[in-house]
Amino acid sequence: MLVLTKVRMPDTTLYSSYTSRRSVLGYVAPFGLVGLLVGLAVLPVATLIWIALDGSSDVWPHLLNYVLPATMVQTLMLLLLVAFGTTIIGAGTAWLVTICHFPMKRFFNWALVLPLAVPTYIAAYTHVEFLDFSGPVQSLIREIGGFATSRDYWFPDIRSTGGAALIFSLVLYPYVYLTCRLVFSMQGASALDVCRSLGASPARMFWRVGLPMARPAVAAGVAVALMETLNDIGAVEILGVKTLTYAVFETWLNRDNLTGAMQLAILTLLLVAGLIWLERIARRGRGYNASVRERPPAQLHLTPLKQALAFAACALPILGGLGAPLFILGSYAARRMEQLSEPDLINAITNSLTVALLSAALATAIAYGVLQYARISRRNGIATVGRMASLGYAVPGTVLALGLLIAVAGFDNWLDGVMQLNFGVSTGLLLSGSIVTLIYAYTLRFLAIAYGTIESGFARLSHQVDCAARALGRTPMQLALQVHTPILRKALAAAFLLVFVDSMKELSATLLLRPFDFETLATMIYDRASQAALEEAATAALLIVIIGLVPMVLLSNIIDGQHGTKKTRTLLPALGK
Amino acid sequence: MTYPLKNAGRMLALLIGSLGAAYTSTFPAVAGDTVNIYSYRQPGLLKPLLDDFTAKTGIKTKVLFAKKGLDQRIASEGRNSPADVLLTVDIGRLDAAKALGITQPYSSDGLAANIPAQFRDPDGNWFGLTTRARIIYASKERVQQDTITYEELSDPKWKGRICTRSGQHVYSVGLFASMIAHLGTEKAETWLTGLKNNLARKPTGNDRAQVKAIYAGECDIALGNTYYMGKMLTNEKEPEQKEWAASVKLIFPNAEDRGTHVNLSGVVMAKHAPNLENAKKLIDFLAGEDAQKLYGAANFEYPLKPGVAPDPLVASWGSLNPDTLPLADIAKLRKAASEMVDRVGFDQGPDA
Repeated sequence: MLVLTKVRMPDTTLYSSYTSRRSVLGYVAPFGLVGLLVGLAVLPVATLIWIALDGSSDVWPHLLNYVLPATMVQTLMLLLLVAFGTTIIGAGTAWLVTICHFPMKRFFNWALVLPLAVPTYIAAYTHVEFLDFSGPVQSLIREIGGFATSRDYWFPDIRSTGGAALIFSLVLYPYVYLTCRLVFSMQGASALDVCRSLGASPARMFWRVGLPMARPAVAAGVAVALMETLNDIGAVEILGVKTLTYAVFETWLNRDNLTGAMQLAILTLLLVAGLIWLERIARRGRGYNASVRERPPAQLHLTPLKQALAFAACALPILGGLGAPLFILGSYAARRMEQLSEPDLINAITNSLTVALLSAALATAIAYGVLQYARISRRNGIATVGRMASLGYAVPGTVLALGLLIAVAGFDNWLDGVMQLNFGVSTGLLLSGSIVTLIYAYTLRFLAIAYGTIESGFARLSHQVDCAARALGRTPMQLALQVHTPILRKALAAAFLLVFVDSMKELSATLLLRPFDFETLATMIYDRASQAALEEAATAALLIVIIGLVPMVLLSNIIDGQHGTKKTRTLLPALGK
Repeated sequence: MTYPLKNAGRMLALLIGSLGAAYTSTFPAVAGDTVNIYSYRQPGLLKPLLDDFTAKTGIKTKVLFAKKGLDQRIASEGRNSPADVLLTVDIGRLDAAKALGITQPYSSDGLAANIPAQFRDPDGNWFGLTTRARIIYASKERVQQDTITYEELSDPKWKGRICTRSGQHVYSVGLFASMIAHLGTEKAETWLTGLKNNLARKPTGNDRAQVKAIYAGECDIALGNTYYMGKMLTNEKEPEQKEWAASVKLIFPNAEDRGTHVNLSGVVMAKHAPNLENAKKLIDFLAGEDAQKLYGAANFEYPLKPGVAPDPLVASWGSLNPDTLPLADIAKLRKAASEMVDRVGFDQGPDA
């Protein structure tokens, strides 16, 4: 049975007994810890704001007259197109693989997540190569048409706002796909029964039921995709699309105006805060609790023609998002197989894995801790503060790194001063330029991803479960460990894997914050690609994608396992014990 | 029922353990027989040079490479910064480092003799090491002339025939700043508008992409740096790039009059350099004969030390007559040039 009701808060008496019985320490300690974490999370952005407010900058007349009008239009246009692209691809394919029956559907079910393993800067670089004059597509056109130069025929320029939107959509749609597939697989069955009995056509079902039903899921996925679009500098530089982020760097580096650049960065941040706010509005009052009695959705049978169309609709995003980059990287890497045994490469893999695993564990733990505390103590304010703290994701990596760098080095120098004054020992730079700062940066940058994933896991978890557990005599701690954690373990794993993949791809913050001679796969790619061209970096780039595919496959399986029946099974032992 | 807490504890122990191991292994060397290099240039490019330095002096090198923000990193690290020297490309970065107060002046007889005055900071805060010329790539097939001036690029005869990378790229900004220095703001802006309207397409891609565009027939001439030609001509693994490069010839603009615009790769000594003596040795070494030869050849650039011949491939393109305008003057005009690019809407491409 489908239950589409508003989330209702359970009777508060169950919880009040819990708060009144707590010791003072038990009350203050978690609160202090959450405060500390939030403080650490806000520190870099606070530093940026401090720089932005510090001193005057004369950039605004110039920016307002010559830069912002065009930049704002281009940025908003790009965001709009990416939102559109990721929604159509993500929600559309999720609907197809959960509801419809067509060839290779099982394969598509997990393979559609894979393009997320491709970093945007690599996607941009490879798509330019792929669609460029000397790439396979245009070569074929010349071959067929008998053309000699690019003046003989028309071909759209991939280095444009539209081209950039296409590329971003092709590698970021899995965020929407993942969230939507979950909703469809949990609620699709019952909705479908209703639609069918009322005689709706499949297309009508998608537009009138599927998409509206998935609206919160779409909004959550799109928000992440848009933040990633907005914080990107690598791809937009390659594609010549002047976004707000591009203007930040131009102001900072070409006009040597850090203050002005940070003011612009804060403006970007406000834009993001606006987006998040809009997303909340879209979600308001639409908390859906999945019914406990679920079953996998029944399949919709399609005509052969429609089957072929569904097949193409699922194959194209994978070919575009993953196939094209693999084709380009693979053909370059094939000529450089000897690189695979280079010690530098092995070293870079180890570094990448170490940092990514640690950051993923930390980000997941922090996000879960804060949300768990918010849930048990029923302080929604904490959840909101946590969400604000994860804004770091929206800031370009280099800019966030700059804020972090200034804050951490400031702390190091202060500590060093104190130690020298009092004990005559110098602690030097304790944290700056160490791997600790690097992990701090990653954790902070991708906290939003972990937070969002786990938060949506909690949102699907009815408060009635909490009440039941408490009524059966579980303490809040037992509720968290014995009930929430097992139920949410898939959301936790998903959060971990998403942060892991994002950390593997992270480049700009790594470059600025890393220790001496510390290479990750991403920095290695950058070193080589910026020195000569993509060719020399192809092997490392291919490795990032391939290593990223592993967690993507795992992730896909995890979400698959979240069909209602299995979920019910995991619920029962936890409560019944 | 399993206890997640037990697993969590194990995870935590693992986490702390590996964190500790990773932390100690990456801690920077404090002092002694090393020199710490912050670099905007790729480690791969520096390696032959630094290996030679270590072989000759016994001083080991540590490198931190990034493309943006190293100045700010040194500034925020303050008196405890491990940085001894900062290696960089583009005069803008050298000048910005000086303006940020993260440099200290240095002078030596070797430097004075090896690096011509127009390529050093008058106060000794930065030094050029190599130059890179901003030249014209021209289609062998469709362009007859063998001489050209930057001024000529705004001539309507080039309408729809010119390609270039973004006007906000440091190389472009450097060239436009030199045009402001030579022509004055007003004329330079007219010139830039003319150039913009001669473009075949919106400025995009790197310099290599411009050569490809000429090969593809999209445009006839393009602005670019010399060393991209060297890289394409020596690319053994992608022979098609040799074909692109073979379709163009190099023309040194204004060779007959004031000379071709050049930009720098250079070095500064960090204000709080912990290994000061080693840093001095490194800077002197970089300006010396052997390093000049190696540094130039590594990236197909022009050595600055008089008498050091460039790589044979570079020499085969003809001799470079560099503009004598002091680079410090160009640095001062970068902001004006960058704003001019926005003002004329250069990166939006030609008016329809």
